[in-house]
Amino acid sequence: MQPKPIALKILDVVSIISIAAATYLALFFAPTEAVMGQVQRVFYFHIGTAWVAMLGFILAAVAGIAYLVTKNMLWDRFEVAAVEVSAMFFFITIALGSIWARPAWNTWWTWDPRLTTAAVTELIYIAYFMLRQGIEDPEKRARFGAVYSLLGGLSAPITFMVIRLFRTIHPVVIGSQSAAAQGGFSMTTNMRTTFFFALFAFTVLFIDLIWHRIRLGGLEEKVEQLKLEASI
Amino acid sequence: MKKTSPSLLKATLAIVQKDLAAEFRSFELISAMLVFSLLVIIIFNFALELDIKTRQSVTAGVLWTTFAFAGTLGLNRSMAVEKDRGCMDGLLLAPVDRSAIYFGKAISNLAFMLIVEAVILPVYSMLYNVNLFRLDLLGVILLGSIGYSAVGTLLSTMSAQTRTREILLPILLFPVAIPVLLAAVKASNGLLAGAEFSEILTPLNILIVYDVIFIAVAFMVFDFVVEE
Repeated sequence: MQPKPIALKILDVVSIISIAAATYLALFFAPTEAVMGQVQRVFYFHIGTAWVAMLGFILAAVAGIAYLVTKNMLWDRFEVAAVEVSAMFFFITIALGSIWARPAWNTWWTWDPRLTTAAVTELIYIAYFMLRQGIEDPEKRARFGAVYSLLGGLSAPITFMVIRLFRTIHPVVIGSQSAAAQGGFSMTTNMRTTFFFALFAFTVLFIDLIWHRIRLGGLEEKVEQLKLEASI
Repeated sequence: MKKTSPSLLKATLAIVQKDLAAEFRSFELISAMLVFSLLVIIIFNFALELDIKTRQSVTAGVLWTTFAFAGTLGLNRSMAVEKDRGCMDGLLLAPVDRSAIYFGKAISNLAFMLIVEAVILPVYSMLYNVNLFRLDLLGVILLGSIGYSAVGTLLSTMSAQTRTREILLPILLFPVAIPVLLAAVKASNGLLAGAEFSEILTPLNILIVYDVIFIAVAFMVFDFVVEE
């Protein structure tokens, strides 16, 4: 295996420091929100993970198209990394959202559109992995994976838009304040700092994890090749 | 100069004709889908306490769940039959544009779904005393079925080539088809409850947008899914 590049080593350190700093900011620096109290602090991580999950989702769809056009397996490796890391972050988003929801809405879950989209997107990811697992040939696996990530990438935003058009109880913190959206709040300066730093920290962590996963993907391909050679 | 290979339209129609002819000889697909749909509707009767009030609000959901499940059956079987009898290889060898295969299969899958729906609607109306014979509702059902069939045909082509085959299609299809089901149920609900047209227009638009986008994407991507 190739030794870890210096850039990745630095990125590892930077991401650990950023997440630690973001944690400190979220827990101590940001002021306590007036209505919701301490539980609102979950919001900084919730949005951070949601943002990178969505980013990964889009990257996966783009990587799918890129693979179909160029037939370069590197795009496939990137796509798998993006989907896997994104699936994990989305799950964290849902979990954090539930933790916030229990005190705020008195329920762990509600079939509010945005939450439903999150659940559906997570299911698309799971379906993606089940599809890949059922195919032996790596080239076919890459092709089908690319097609499905493209389809999923198109369908989830449409689901989200369907949702935006109907009433939602999910807070609309950024964007138009719908009269029916409850629990939205405007941010003070400290909150804004924490918020944007959390976004930055999670983006750094995201890039770091994807890079690691791509390297792992390279190893996986080597193992598969060795298995094939051994069986001949 | 005479054209050597048939046009896309001719090839598509030929495939549709083949599928319909084969089906009308044996009726294996439609009968399975029909019986399954009837059983699902009956199960819903026991699963949900459908008193008169509840019936009004859940009719759309029950109908679309039934159509989705029966549709999955039809999509699966339609592709499996091609693979089993080696028809798929024959189609791929034919000197026609691959998209003819996609459109042909999608149209015949749509036809099967519509036939089943055409039988289920009167049965449901009778069993639950709800009037479902409305032109606008039929329009919504048509749009929803088109979207479902378009995506379903592409995904069933993929799932037929995996190890897990039929089991995989619902797992792949349902998350991606959620916008269709969502919009179709909302629109159907609105129509049955007598909502204003402006409220129904939104889900209707979404159905049309989804149909257009996914037919276009599936048609572009189908080549990648069938190449050997």
